[in-house]
Amino acid sequence: MTSVLQKDVSKVGLDKRTVAQKGKKHWRHNNLMGYLFISPWLIGFLGLTLIPIATSLALSFTHYDILSGHVEWTGLENFKRMFYDDPRYWRAVRATFKFAFISVPLKLLFALLVADLLYNARRFVGVYRAIYYAPSIVGGSVAVAVMWRQIFSGRGLVNDLMLEVGLERKLWLGDIKYAIWTLILMAVWQFGSPMLIFLAGLKQIPNEYYEAASIDGAGAISKFTRITLPLLTPVIFFNLVMQLIFSFMTFTQAYVVSGGTGKPLDTTLFYSLYVYIRSFGVGANMGYGSAMAWVMLVVIAAFTGVIFLSSRFWVFYDTTEN
Amino acid sequence: MLNRTLSRYRKKIKNTILNIIFSPIRAFRRNYKQAKSAIKLFVFHPVDALRMYQGQLKSAARGLIFHAIVLAFGLVMIYPLIWMLASSFKGPSEIWTRTTSLIPNELSLDNYRSGWKGFAGISFSTYFKNSLWVSGVSTVASVFSSAIVAYGFARIRFTGKKFWFAVMLSTMMLPAQVQLIPQYIMFSKLHWINSYNPLIIPRFFGMPFFIFMMVQFIRGIPIELDEAAEIDGCSRGGIFFRIILPLIKPALGTSAIFAFYWSWDDFLTPLIYLNDPRKYTVAVALRNFADPSSVTNWGAVFAMGILALVPVFLLFILFQRYMVEGISTTGLKG
Repeated sequence: MTSVLQKDVSKVGLDKRTVAQKGKKHWRHNNLMGYLFISPWLIGFLGLTLIPIATSLALSFTHYDILSGHVEWTGLENFKRMFYDDPRYWRAVRATFKFAFISVPLKLLFALLVADLLYNARRFVGVYRAIYYAPSIVGGSVAVAVMWRQIFSGRGLVNDLMLEVGLERKLWLGDIKYAIWTLILMAVWQFGSPMLIFLAGLKQIPNEYYEAASIDGAGAISKFTRITLPLLTPVIFFNLVMQLIFSFMTFTQAYVVSGGTGKPLDTTLFYSLYVYIRSFGVGANMGYGSAMAWVMLVVIAAFTGVIFLSSRFWVFYDTTEN
Repeated sequence: MLNRTLSRYRKKIKNTILNIIFSPIRAFRRNYKQAKSAIKLFVFHPVDALRMYQGQLKSAARGLIFHAIVLAFGLVMIYPLIWMLASSFKGPSEIWTRTTSLIPNELSLDNYRSGWKGFAGISFSTYFKNSLWVSGVSTVASVFSSAIVAYGFARIRFTGKKFWFAVMLSTMMLPAQVQLIPQYIMFSKLHWINSYNPLIIPRFFGMPFFIFMMVQFIRGIPIELDEAAEIDGCSRGGIFFRIILPLIKPALGTSAIFAFYWSWDDFLTPLIYLNDPRKYTVAVALRNFADPSSVTNWGAVFAMGILALVPVFLLFILFQRYMVEGISTTGLKG
């Protein structure tokens, strides 16, 4: 009996050692295998992201003409010109901010309201979801941007509808007051994907909260503002960050609707469109384009950072769950 | 074998059809007596009936109003799309005279015929072929490479894993414009301008959104499966190919849909890299086709626009569930 026990103990001891040895070998093996498996992304990250971004920073201090291949170190010249001598640059900044700061809140508002509406629908949820999501699925395409341009053109759909109602035609795309609003409308129209994320978030809220509120005599509005909104703040936070970044990067719509120029009077000259014009257009200077792109990176990072920092004060994490 | 599965499905289909036909009848029979007494009540004692069914009537009315509002707003949302579809079938005279109508007087395929001819002697069949090739290769490449990377992040413990994963997540928020110019210089040094390489090759290095989604998915698979396979002498590669890949099919599917969709819709990259009209993808071709300085035939532009949207819509209709799930769980942009 004792011998068997001893044998067992010694066996266990032996096993322990081999396991430890094996583990160490295994661990090293894992390091190799781990990096082998993530190597596609790692190589891509270094070659297509990290080095380009670093190169971009270096280029921003140069005058670089891709056609002649001529590179000249100009120091802070690009940034100086950008901030002090390029009124078009500031018009681009203005157009982008106006677009982002109006379209993103409206988009999120619609997304939230419609998501709440659909969440309460007992029937046909799938059909409604498909209908409301359809504009987003096609919205990024050139086809829809082209359609948008036609809809708001002089003899387009909107003007004809206005005539039928008894209003006058307007030059939507040629008027500095209205042109950017057509793009804002187009962005808001595509509230589908934040809506889907909100819907998923709504499903996470336990029903008991609403039941308890009903017992306490809460109405629909106070349920929404006191339960739904606070519990959705993490989702709102996520949507806000993503949509803000996407809106800063909007290119296709502005390019197609304005015919690649940002007309009229640069009111639809979005930042990425201007980067494109300055880097690939006539008399392109890729150094200047890089400087602009880097400022964009810093601004986006700053905005994201501010939202992240502010999230402490308004994002509510439900700790009773899990 | 085939016969057996066919017959099984036939049975299933038959049952479903029978169910659809007979379930209302059955339901009617079940509720017949109740309905009869309710109708009687309404006919002979309307006041009592109203009082009795007040709650039900109220909620029915509320439901009706609710659905009417949701549906009406939804129709406003898709009105431009329906209008575009309708316009693409309108004849050349109708497209300007009856702009606002949603139903064409006659279904004319003229727009599709003239649009398909394209411009500068290149028909749209070339552009569709180009786009299908680029999107097809991009999709396979990005999904497969992402799966490999995702396995590494989800299942293997190695030094610096957390760091690299965080780096990968943060690259999702990086504006593409910052990488664009140096990438352009690099690709032009490689003589890749005017080829599909700049559109396709970067997709072989995994895409963070897909990697993230697949990592989440793999983490949900019990690790005991991997361990059992390892005990049976399966290598890392074997585990990946034989166990993980088949089990993450839904995530692969969702990624494939989005990969195809993004590649199909991509405008900036082909705009920058492709100069030869023969190599244009549908997106770039469509924008040139609708050039404000030359376009006169809006009907043809709409027709080609509709055709360009067909693959995207097909994906959406066929795989809606996967797309919705993908967006809901990772916040992928649609």
